[in-house]
Amino acid sequence: METLLEPLAYAFFQKGLIVAGLSGALLGLIGVYIVLRGMSYIGHGLSHSIFGGFAAAQLFAAQFYALAAGLWGIASALAITVVVKKSRVGADAAIGVITIASFALGVALFAKFGSSGPSFDNALFGSILGISVGQIVGLVAVAILTSAFVFLRYRALLFSTFDPEVAAVSGVRVNRVEAALMIVLSLAILATLTVIGVTLVAAMLVIPAVIARMLTDSFGRMLAYSTAIGFASGLVGMYLSYYAGVPSGTMIVLVGATVFVIVLAITGGRGLRRSAGLDSHSEDLLAERAA
Amino acid sequence: MTGTGVGPELIRLDGAAASYGHHRVLTDVSFHVHEDQFTGIVGPSGAGKTTLLRLVLGTLKPVAGEVFRRPDLRVAYVPQLETVNWNFPVTVMECVLMSRTRGRRLPWASRQEKADVHAVLDRLGIGGLAERHIRQLSGGQQQRMFLARALLRQPQLLLMDEPTSGVDVSTRHDILHLLADLHEDGVAIVLTTHDLNGMAAHLPHLVCVNHRIVADGTPSEVITPAVLEQTFGARMEVLEHLGMRVVVDEAPSNYLAGGA
Repeated sequence: METLLEPLAYAFFQKGLIVAGLSGALLGLIGVYIVLRGMSYIGHGLSHSIFGGFAAAQLFAAQFYALAAGLWGIASALAITVVVKKSRVGADAAIGVITIASFALGVALFAKFGSSGPSFDNALFGSILGISVGQIVGLVAVAILTSAFVFLRYRALLFSTFDPEVAAVSGVRVNRVEAALMIVLSLAILATLTVIGVTLVAAMLVIPAVIARMLTDSFGRMLAYSTAIGFASGLVGMYLSYYAGVPSGTMIVLVGATVFVIVLAITGGRGLRRSAGLDSHSEDLLAERAA
Repeated sequence: MTGTGVGPELIRLDGAAASYGHHRVLTDVSFHVHEDQFTGIVGPSGAGKTTLLRLVLGTLKPVAGEVFRRPDLRVAYVPQLETVNWNFPVTVMECVLMSRTRGRRLPWASRQEKADVHAVLDRLGIGGLAERHIRQLSGGQQQRMFLARALLRQPQLLLMDEPTSGVDVSTRHDILHLLADLHEDGVAIVLTTHDLNGMAAHLPHLVCVNHRIVADGTPSEVITPAVLEQTFGARMEVLEHLGMRVVVDEAPSNYLAGGA
């Protein structure tokens, strides 16, 4: 008990604990949809593409860098959705092209006109211990918005993720649902990026969802498990980071990775089969089942 | 079984054409679906059968011609099993409930919704499997599950893409009987198949497709060597057995003789 209470004497740790838990839960929740849609790379990609927005803000209005980055990220996410729908390019390739091009544009603009400052460094590495009250409020607001979106559009999101063509025939406005999901994802990445950094955002979008998939065959339970695993990884990672003297973002990712290995060892082949081909619509699965 | 389509019209395609990019898949397709219709769309792989279904569904817009759909028509669609992501984390209950998405706000199923799902699963002979993951079902059970999802919409028109692909003979018979019962209940049915003997020959109405409509009529009208060669690009013989048409590949010796 002493171990748990001692760090709580520090205000920076209290705020860090709230932010780590909330960020983990938020990314764990939205990550389920991203992983099941075969867009696991989007967290990594979008968190990089957002630098384009930071760069643009340096040119025009540096104080609005968060807004600019958010708009840039939303534009990139919507562009990915449009390219995947309108062309034969797969989600992974579209994410690779659009987000890296956006990142490169950001780097070029920085090199020509900008200068790296605290906001840039925070975006890169995160600053969970130096977080402001404003950032916490923003994170809480995005978490509430995301939870409300998932709650109110639960069935439409599930149907359009599993079977978009039949969903559209059944009256679901699939394009609208997907666009809303991309906007919510961009806001979630933006709200967590400056707090926990690029690496952690990308990792926490994927790791809790994959672990949850290994634990259950039910979509509803996968959502709950992924959110809980993200939340717990954030809390445990913060405590371990405090006692080990290791950066919090790194420790939170390591906690998630450790849970992944443990669950894999416990569930064995069953867990691997569940998590393998999360986004596949493959005939080899049918062949495997028929064999 | 009647089903050649003389009742009120549900869908009409007039000279419709469909393309994917620059690749034209269907040309000048005129096709009607009526209330009492039970039609099989027959053709080889890549002939445009699924594309024709998509035109009927409205998920694909024609690049030429027109598609008319009766306003407020309730359509349900059962996709090919090969296109389904069987690793997706959904139970049978969650999958069938997807039909009750529109207008519903709460994530969880109401007591009435659960009762409706159990009733339709029982009707299709897969009651008791509601909590299973979709991958834990046999091919026939998976087909019935998607049929259950479609029926929960209480459709006036049911479209099915290759419903007997990859299932055994017994399951194929079961599915045919189920569809016949649904048709008796007043549901118009249009399905695609490339199974001439196991499926098409048992249906009341066939449309042969190979990038265009080759023939349209009852099995006795369209299952002929000439139409089949035009449709499938291969010579086939047609025999009569107990009043039904049976298609057999031309004897290999004929090919060997021709090719020698």
